[in-house]
Amino acid sequence: MTILAKHSASKLAYDNLHAHGVDVRFDDILSPTEGMLNGRRTILLGTNNYLGLTFDADCIERAVEATRRQGTGTTGSRVANGTYDGHMKLEQALATFYGREHAMVFSTGYQANLGVLSALVGRGDHLMLDADSHASIYDGSRLGGSEVIRFRHNSPDDLYKRLRRLEGAPGDRLIVVEGIYSMLGDTAPLKEIAAVKRETGAYLLVDEAHSLGVLGETGRGLAEAAGVEADVDFIVGTFSKSLGSVGGFCVSDSPDFDVMRIISRPYMFTASLPPGVVASTLEALVKLQAEPELRVSLMRNARRLYDGLVAMGFETGPEANPIVAVAMPDQETAVIFWKMLLEAGLYLNLAVPPATPSHVRLLRTSVSAAHTSAQIDTALAIFADVGRRLGFLTSDRRRAGGAV
Amino acid sequence: MLRGFALLDGTATGGMRQNHQLALVDGAAVGAGRFLRADISSIFEQVLGHPVQIDDNTDIVEDLGMDSLGVMNFVMAIEDFYDISIPLDRIAQIETVGDLIHAVEDLRSGTPA
Repeated sequence: MTILAKHSASKLAYDNLHAHGVDVRFDDILSPTEGMLNGRRTILLGTNNYLGLTFDADCIERAVEATRRQGTGTTGSRVANGTYDGHMKLEQALATFYGREHAMVFSTGYQANLGVLSALVGRGDHLMLDADSHASIYDGSRLGGSEVIRFRHNSPDDLYKRLRRLEGAPGDRLIVVEGIYSMLGDTAPLKEIAAVKRETGAYLLVDEAHSLGVLGETGRGLAEAAGVEADVDFIVGTFSKSLGSVGGFCVSDSPDFDVMRIISRPYMFTASLPPGVVASTLEALVKLQAEPELRVSLMRNARRLYDGLVAMGFETGPEANPIVAVAMPDQETAVIFWKMLLEAGLYLNLAVPPATPSHVRLLRTSVSAAHTSAQIDTALAIFADVGRRLGFLTSDRRRAGGAV
Repeated sequence: MLRGFALLDGTATGGMRQNHQLALVDGAAVGAGRFLRADISSIFEQVLGHPVQIDDNTDIVEDLGMDSLGVMNFVMAIEDFYDISIPLDRIAQIETVGDLIHAVEDLRSGTPA
């Protein structure tokens, strides 16, 4: 017996996956859309690199300049020695981009949710979470000590019902939803949720991690696309997807916003972002705004992939967004399918337990503006070939594995 | 378009709506522990799709073989039935049917979690 023996069920699942050889180690990354894997040139179709900016020449140049000028790391937290001009400029740029008074930068997107949620609601308050919320939201919900209530995924009616049950109870209410949900790529019904927020006097936070630079006319995310930015009190997001680096942020018009800098422990007690990361992120934010055609290419690729998979009879998520998930009937099929795709030169995310809830088995793809139509077509051809070889695309299987 | 998956796009709520119907029929009967147990038993059966034998010591995960989706569907069905919300920290403390009955009684009587 070891101290970790209590996790024996998870270990078994992990060992089982390991035995199937699902560990991925990239020998090299060649571009936003290609990497070397097991000595083979592989199309990357699952890296959340929505705008393909990881290899943008200007972003790289800014990162190199800043690293040469200010060093590889800040070796300190924001509240001590870790705030440089770049951190302040990035916060200003984010506030301006969103048209908000305030912005705060965190060292990861995960920490942004932990840091913001734990500061906004505490003991005696009520946090209303969509049941499919990301782990960082669930973890952040524990850190503050508020009462946490889960509502049915994307159900404004269920949210309303639960807020109504709280009528008369003291404390603030904070609703948390995501712009695009990371597993299925579906969006929140934000207009309806904003209406619930207005009627019940709750606050509303939207995590735009997967929708920044993806949705909305200027790329501000689902709140912009749904036309309800005025109803969203706090927006949280990440730099590690469309902006191609790492880090997280929160923007808001809340007048006392800056007090979070001295009460948000995930902000205070961690090293700040390195100068190179800050510099490339600033440049990526400029590109996101200056090159709206990136979003056009992104959505064109998303549509091409989604329509192709649906036409073949695969069971996908409900919307053609840059995350396209394909449902697998069982774990064994998911692993075999995924391995065969990889052997054919296509990488995407295998989403199975223990990394997901016990019922979720997905092949999760995410497209990039940097994918060419030819790469999307190659990916579709590989899907079709593997699907046929596994007897996946016969009408029998379609009925059995079945659309819900 | 092929629609998504149970839970993930909310289609799992189908089963719960039936339970809500049940609430309209049986709602008046609740109040004492034994009525709670009967209601909870029928909700279990709806979620699991087969008859169950439960008592206060029945372990919801171990004895009834529920996975995380099952537990969530079940909890949400219970919440609809009794028109309550069980906070997450409270759900985490519930292991047996007895724990659940206790939690539901507390929440219905307005005792803080």
